[in-house]
Amino acid sequence: MTFLANDGGSHAASNPLIPNVWEIGITAVGFLLLLFIVTKYVVPAFEKTYQDRKEAIEGGLAKAEKAQAEAAAARDEYTQQLESARLEAQKIREDARAEGEAIIAESKARATAEATRITETAQKTIEAERTAAAISLHREVGSLATTLAGKIVGEALTDDERSSRVVDRFLADLEAEKQNAGATR
Amino acid sequence: MNANGSVLAEGAYVPPTPADMHLPDIFTLGEFGFGKQMLLVLLSVVIVSWFFLGAIRKRAMVPSRTQFIAESGYMFARNSLGKELLGVQHFKPFVPILFTSFFFILVNNLYGSIPLIQLPTFSHAGSAYALAGIAYLTWVGVGIKRHGLGKFFKDLTMPSGVPGWIYPILVPIEFFSNLFIRPVTHALRLFATMFGGHMAIMVAASLTEYLIVQMGGIGYLVAVGSGALGLFLFFLELMIQCIQAYVFALLFAVYLQGSLSEGH
Repeated sequence: MTFLANDGGSHAASNPLIPNVWEIGITAVGFLLLLFIVTKYVVPAFEKTYQDRKEAIEGGLAKAEKAQAEAAAARDEYTQQLESARLEAQKIREDARAEGEAIIAESKARATAEATRITETAQKTIEAERTAAAISLHREVGSLATTLAGKIVGEALTDDERSSRVVDRFLADLEAEKQNAGATR
Repeated sequence: MNANGSVLAEGAYVPPTPADMHLPDIFTLGEFGFGKQMLLVLLSVVIVSWFFLGAIRKRAMVPSRTQFIAESGYMFARNSLGKELLGVQHFKPFVPILFTSFFFILVNNLYGSIPLIQLPTFSHAGSAYALAGIAYLTWVGVGIKRHGLGKFFKDLTMPSGVPGWIYPILVPIEFFSNLFIRPVTHALRLFATMFGGHMAIMVAASLTEYLIVQMGGIGYLVAVGSGALGLFLFFLELMIQCIQAYVFALLFAVYLQGSLSEGH
């Protein structure tokens, strides 16, 4: 060994290929020391950072994908809800329309019925009043005419039956005349 | 610059010698002399650990600039040296040694381009031998452990797809080239480039100094030329320092790949 090193580093052999043994030793020790530090601390630290970053990126991607899927699902649900709401609204509208129509029809029918009833009542009343008037007129005209005629004739027509017959005939004549007038009109 | 001692006062130009690369030891302990080169080697251990551990300390998901640079460096060693050459299944255990090889050599080489330090530590052959030795023991050890002694030597010396009668010639050649030449060239390639580059810059620098200090007159003009040459060599050397660190680690990875692969 020492024959290689000659006298240390200061006056190394003139042949540069002949090494200083101590330099071999120091370099080997330095290299192995650095190798130890690199193996123990440097490489694990870098690998861990690399791994963490990879996971962070992949995790971020997965998260984004999940969020996107959730958003799509929410949108679908929303669309579906919107669709069903629209359908429901349409149904409600139709129901309302049908109901409205029914109500209108019912009201119309009721009104018609009421109108008919009122008309009938009115007609009946009119008829009754007319009949009453006719009867009253019948009687009064009879008695007035009889009185008038009695006065004119100067003779008391006490025989009710006869007078009544005369009045009837008179009225019948009157009616016939009236009917003739209606026919000709 | 370290070479002023060798420029003699008499006026004749004396080129620097390899001995000028060896400064006096900082201290000696019997046989053991502790020199600048050893100090730099140990300093590189501190520099590499300090830089990478400091940069990754926060382990930020979004890296700072320093962390980004450190991560790029780490990923370079991990992926382009480890993963691509050794394959996805095998590369993980060898990332530390490839990473260490590359950055240890890189820092030690770049010393050559830092003013005042200006000593690529691998211009001292012993350091290159040490690293090549460790690399050699590693890839041979991995190969034997993985394939067993017999198969390892068979894979190493008997490439498949060769006619049988060639083997008597091929086996000794392959054996010699893979087990002896390979580690030697692995070491010498690094040593020689660093040594040669350092030497060339030393020559250019000492020549420039000689021309200015000793010669004067026309020497000033020529000194511009040799100074420019020195500057050019400085940048060339900077490039070579990086390339050689890469080449060493790359070859190490290639040797490991040979040990890991299933037959040839």
